[in-house]
Amino acid sequence: MTAFLIVLVIILFGITVLQMAKIFGMSKTPEQLGESSEIASDKDNNINGWLMLMFVFVTYAILIVSFWKWGEVLLPKAASEHGQGIDDLWLISMVLIFFVGFITLWLLSYFAFKYRGNKNNRALYFADNDKLEFIWTVIPVIVLAGLIIYGLFTWTDIMNVSEDEDPMIVELYAYQFDWRARYSGEDNTLGEANVRLIEGANQLGVDTSDPNAQDDIVVNELHLPLGRKILFKMRSQDVLHSAYMPHFRAQMNCVPGMITQFAFTPSVTTEQMRLDEEVMGKVSRINSIRRKNSIELMAKGEEALEPYEFDYLLLCNKICGTNHYNMQMKIIVETQEQYDAWIAQQATIATSLNK
Amino acid sequence: MSAHAQEHAVDDHGHHHKETFVTKYIFSTDHKMISKQYLITGLFMGIIGIAMSILMRMQLAWPEEPFVVFELLLGKWAEGGVMDPSVYLALVTIHGTIMVFFVLTAGLSGTFSNLLIPLQIGARDMASGFLNMVSYWLFFLSSLIMIMSLFVEAGPASAGWTIYPPLSALPQAIPGSGAGMTLWLVSMAIFIASSLLGSLNYVVTVINLRTKGMRMTRLPLTIWAFFVTAIIGIVSFPVLLSAALMLIMDRSFGTSFFLSDIFIAGEVLHNQGGSPVLFEHLFWFLGHPEVYIVILPAMGMVSEILATNSRKPVFGYRAMVASILAIAFLSTIVWGHHMFISGMNPFLGSVFTFTTLLIAIPSAVKSFNWITTLWRGNLQMNPAMLFSIGFVSTFITGGLTGIILGDSALDINVHDTYFVVAHFHLVMGISALYGLFAGVYHWFPKMFEGRMLNKNLGFVHFWITVIGAYGVFFPMHFIGMAGLPRRYYTNTAFPYFDDLADVNVVITIFAIITAAAQIVFLYNFIHSMYYGKKGPKNPWKATTLEWTAEVKHIHGNWDGPLPEVHRWPYDYSKPNSDDTDYMIAGQDFIPQDVPMMENEEELHH
Repeated sequence: MTAFLIVLVIILFGITVLQMAKIFGMSKTPEQLGESSEIASDKDNNINGWLMLMFVFVTYAILIVSFWKWGEVLLPKAASEHGQGIDDLWLISMVLIFFVGFITLWLLSYFAFKYRGNKNNRALYFADNDKLEFIWTVIPVIVLAGLIIYGLFTWTDIMNVSEDEDPMIVELYAYQFDWRARYSGEDNTLGEANVRLIEGANQLGVDTSDPNAQDDIVVNELHLPLGRKILFKMRSQDVLHSAYMPHFRAQMNCVPGMITQFAFTPSVTTEQMRLDEEVMGKVSRINSIRRKNSIELMAKGEEALEPYEFDYLLLCNKICGTNHYNMQMKIIVETQEQYDAWIAQQATIATSLNK
Repeated sequence: MSAHAQEHAVDDHGHHHKETFVTKYIFSTDHKMISKQYLITGLFMGIIGIAMSILMRMQLAWPEEPFVVFELLLGKWAEGGVMDPSVYLALVTIHGTIMVFFVLTAGLSGTFSNLLIPLQIGARDMASGFLNMVSYWLFFLSSLIMIMSLFVEAGPASAGWTIYPPLSALPQAIPGSGAGMTLWLVSMAIFIASSLLGSLNYVVTVINLRTKGMRMTRLPLTIWAFFVTAIIGIVSFPVLLSAALMLIMDRSFGTSFFLSDIFIAGEVLHNQGGSPVLFEHLFWFLGHPEVYIVILPAMGMVSEILATNSRKPVFGYRAMVASILAIAFLSTIVWGHHMFISGMNPFLGSVFTFTTLLIAIPSAVKSFNWITTLWRGNLQMNPAMLFSIGFVSTFITGGLTGIILGDSALDINVHDTYFVVAHFHLVMGISALYGLFAGVYHWFPKMFEGRMLNKNLGFVHFWITVIGAYGVFFPMHFIGMAGLPRRYYTNTAFPYFDDLADVNVVITIFAIITAAAQIVFLYNFIHSMYYGKKGPKNPWKATTLEWTAEVKHIHGNWDGPLPEVHRWPYDYSKPNSDDTDYMIAGQDFIPQDVPMMENEEELHH
């Protein structure tokens, strides 16, 4: 079916090209078919001028259709405290972009249409106007100054983590092609680690003789307590990875040979997010797609897809090798009590490695 | 002075010596022939690069579905027609490399700098025809090596066109980082040598070989753009060369410039103390100016073509030159905006946000000036003009999202997603390609001795391409904003992205249609080379010097003495003193070599 559609599109495309060439061909008057016929005639100017006017509307239309059809696939509300600041700045920038874009694209196409060439017209000899140029230099300067200042404040707020906030320290450890998380335990201090210490079950190369390491907990699923600032310390075992947590508006590269960091405070639990209207809509759309695909799969004698339930994600977002496309970890945000109950069940380094 | 010296040289032996097939078509030192060689090599590489993007798009729209094309083209990497994940990454890498360097740097700047610099400044040839020839043949050699790398046993380079180590340094990490990566580095090292030889030649030629009266303030904006582009190239390409050399040493000689604390394939590597972030700094110190190396020549050509076809002076010549210089300067101090989340000091992130957003100012000035150039013009809708208007459109739509990506706080969440892919394809990929097409349609008669491209096929080519390109890249912003990372072989590993599948299908269909439209161009190009209608000597009624040169290609460009320049290049529709007619009655342009007339006021531009 798909193959047939493609063939159909290609054939239709060929016909379009031929027809369009014909139409443009017919638009030529006989006297223009002489030596210089490859230079645009008044008729060409007219046709293309009108097309230019249509072009701006088609551009707007593609944008509007995209918004209408795919506005709902976008990320839901931010699930972290700083995320709201990013979303606000995003909205302001977007409004500005659309405002400027709509006007400039309109002027461009409208002028191309309005002043389409004609033998009887004369262009205006207009080479300079200091006042105009001053105005459209100064306006971007002012607007951008505002944006830069707003952006810098937001950025500094996010990136500067002060010790006073007493963040919980968690290590994110990346390797081809999976993630591990190491909780710092009761002392909130991570034990020393280096890839040279990797051996057997000690997958993260933790220095097991370090007293700080004894209460560290290594897991493969990230649980975060609601409302507590988490400071992620990131390491990589082999190549560059990037810890991308889109719902929390958080991302930082994991670099072999150094420790990078990023901090945020989760503000919406997984349970709450699942009940969010936008998320529920998205999940139900995804599930209906999956049901449809399952029917096709089962017809081919393959296994059906499992129904989808929303979870926060940690994805790798820096090309890291063949399985880069499937390097993920589930993140669960829960209340402090739920978190405490979960962490209590996990084995510390002292019990799992230093038996 | 130098112009005179050259004249004598030509009088003595210029076009009397015998030309064989080899000296005329292969080892030619004539800038016109070299520019054609650049263009055709660039177009050939472009076919490969675009074909690769279509293969990727097919895989993304219909993941893991078998296609006969895959088996045909990818052989053992698509057994049964299903694309292998490692070859997908190879396609990503080589598509990027080919399009950025081989098509948009060499194919665009190489072609038109070579063709236009001597012709528009009134010189007989480049300062060094021999170095120019060497530059092309190094480019050819590097293209050849890059293509050869596609056939290596373990596969071509697959670490992305940015080749970040350690992935690009360790064959254990990805098979493409073996011999494929070695060839990639060798090819790029040769490419850089070629680019440097070319750039030095351009700079020297523009400074020394301008004809009498051609002051810097009378240069067409094309030449300003090529000149400044060449300077940026000279400043930044050597840094990439040093990064490539250090990477070669890390790979082959056990140094640790970029490697430290690595455990891979079950063993610890000896490397200690290197930093992958250092490589990112070195790479983007070239990598960011590189996008301006790509876009500035297109800007210059678009300015020239818009003015010519609007029959109006380009608006704000001084501001246009100033903004080229400002963009060039700023382009060298913004590289860090590719690294906001690389782990570098967040304070640097603030600095780079500041410098990056500053670039929006000269860019905005340029856009406004182009739009004003159209205002109250008498627009001649030649295909070159259409592509120039298309350029302004995509430069605006693509550039505006730069305000988001240049803002470090906003970059956090869209970094390395499809939002970035959509942004840079519009603002540097598609825009620069439009600039390339505009240039080819406009200067084709200059390249092929008066033959012109068919305008109707040009119109078809333009209209399908502009709609198709927006059809590809507008929806792409949305999947980026939905959080979809780039360079994923398939998105099916994340049920969360299942509802993006139909967007990907739409994008792919538009991409196939747009790519098919380029076949119309190729046909037009090849056909017109041999059978194109011959137009008049100055088909677009332009003022610049290249249209006063002989239509037939001769070594030395002008049969007689070199033209002398008396005015700036944008005297279109200049009225006479009582505003009843043009300065020259019935002719709406005054070529640069026409002396100032009585009662004529020279503009203080």
